[in-house]
Amino acid sequence: MLKLVRHSLLLGAAAFASPAQAQEPEKLDVIATFSILGDFARQVGGDRVEITTLVGPNGDAHAYEPRPADAAALANADVILVNGLYFEGFLERLVETSGTAAPVVELTKGVETIRAGEGGPSHGAEEAGHGQEETHEHAAEAGHDHGGEETHAAEASHATEAEEAHRHGDIDPHAFQSVANAKIYVKNIADAFCAADTQGCETFRANARAYTARLDALEAEVKAAVAEIPADKRVVITSHDAFGYFGHEYGIDFRAPEGVSTESEASAADVARLIEEIREEKASAVFVENVSNPRLIEQIASETGLTVGGSLYSDALSEPSGPAGAYLDLMRHNVRTLKGAILGS
Amino acid sequence: MEALYATLIAPFADFEFMRRALLGSLLISLSACPVGVFLMLRRMSLTGDAMAHAILPGAAAGFLLYGLEIVPMTLGGLVAGVVVALGAAAVSRTTVLKEDASLAAFYLISLALGVMIVSIRGSAVDLMHVLFGTVLALNDAALTLIGAITVVTLGCLFVFWRALVAECLDPLFLRSVSRLGPPVHFLFLGLVVLNLVGGFQALGTLLSVGLMMLPAASARFWTARVEPMCLAAVGFGMASSVAGLLLSFHLSLPSGPAIILSAGAIYLASLLFGPRGLPSRRVRGLKHRTA
Repeated sequence: MLKLVRHSLLLGAAAFASPAQAQEPEKLDVIATFSILGDFARQVGGDRVEITTLVGPNGDAHAYEPRPADAAALANADVILVNGLYFEGFLERLVETSGTAAPVVELTKGVETIRAGEGGPSHGAEEAGHGQEETHEHAAEAGHDHGGEETHAAEASHATEAEEAHRHGDIDPHAFQSVANAKIYVKNIADAFCAADTQGCETFRANARAYTARLDALEAEVKAAVAEIPADKRVVITSHDAFGYFGHEYGIDFRAPEGVSTESEASAADVARLIEEIREEKASAVFVENVSNPRLIEQIASETGLTVGGSLYSDALSEPSGPAGAYLDLMRHNVRTLKGAILGS
Repeated sequence: MEALYATLIAPFADFEFMRRALLGSLLISLSACPVGVFLMLRRMSLTGDAMAHAILPGAAAGFLLYGLEIVPMTLGGLVAGVVVALGAAAVSRTTVLKEDASLAAFYLISLALGVMIVSIRGSAVDLMHVLFGTVLALNDAALTLIGAITVVTLGCLFVFWRALVAECLDPLFLRSVSRLGPPVHFLFLGLVVLNLVGGFQALGTLLSVGLMMLPAASARFWTARVEPMCLAAVGFGMASSVAGLLLSFHLSLPSGPAIILSAGAIYLASLLFGPRGLPSRRVRGLKHRTA
């Protein structure tokens, strides 16, 4: 009897609770592969989405080893946001094994890609051309593009492996380093969220518009700051080629001993050339990054009498309390650090 | 003459990082090559590779407690390496298990423990990337470390030379004339760990294991006596360091692999032309047949 009462009470409670819950929208489960994408997704999704970031703050997505929890998170996700261009070397197999049904959205879709080392001297042009050809072939074979925009499929091509693309000095995946591209990321995220949650679409679009306005302001700030740096001082050295898009967009020449992936090893010739460039006063500052070993850069700095100009945030945000806890802060921090070190030298 | 200078001397004269790389790799050749010879004679040539994995839990513990600081991570690695090496040696001396099997057991336990610790923290930074150095970026601290290791190693080799040779070649004899056997063996393992862990930190795994074993294996083809073998190994190690750095400089090759491939070339040459290499085998075989 008591049991029956309890049951009916529960049922009654459920009956009252369910309409209330229907009004409270079901949150979208969103996976972002690394912290910068997570920040974008939070800005666009607001409180209608639940975001899980695989590679956390200060983490290196090139060298990340996924855990079972990550595969489980992927399997339960509604939307998976990835950078694409083989930035996340670990991703393809992880998505396969997780058996997820969620759409995998490449946020670089629609971004005008540049080749690794473009604007910098680290990779030969002929070599890059060769790599380009090969990836075109792969793209034709693989052809698993997730959007309709076939025009960009060739550029945002699918080599069989990230490392292969890197080794060929092919496409630079660090597109988020230019604010113009960040706006494309945001648009892509809004599109993906709308497709998954039509009810929230209005909110997502509005959030995206508001955030894009802030990105516009940021871009103006960045351009103004770079304009204050004399044109002949705009060559700087970082530990791996992560700032190609930043340099391409805003006119600063970044050079690095390590190449695009943090996995590769420097040669004595590369290091010697960078030192020569500093000696000839072509390069005016050196920087370390939050995701890689600073020793090589420190050695170059001490040999040329430059002090390390500070730490740039390349492939990951800092802890929320740090100087680059969100994308806007990251860009501001990087520009401020660059300007300070170059003008100070 | 001019060209010779530009090829051989100028890279080192013009760039401090090249001088540091040269000094570092010459010092590690001086220290690690003789240790490699003893390792090889004891049939423990793969210890180096095992050790590269075995130090992970120590490095990870250092990272958990102090963050990305080189000194605690190196000390942690050293402790883990010593525990694994001495534990393996103790087990092999007191039970039926041979040295290779007990080393494999210990290093696998250690590696698994390390991966576990790293995963608990959930960091995506590759710890070993941070811990393992590169020969192109030897700062003062790294050079001091290598220098200290070289002094300690050469000092120990000098003092305990006879006991080491006896322990390596005829441990039963040493046991019959002296009680130094086990302590000398443990001391030797300590030297191995010291050279490897210090080498990992300063030069990276490939370079420090490679410079320890390849010259030793090459020297084995030239002589049967221990002293000349050690001297030859040191010579081979130094030659490959110089050749590798120059190749890396002129042909734009990554420096660690360039040095080790130079040592590999010396090994192949020794195999083909050394008096105890392939040809001697054939000649001896023929003689045997005719006799």
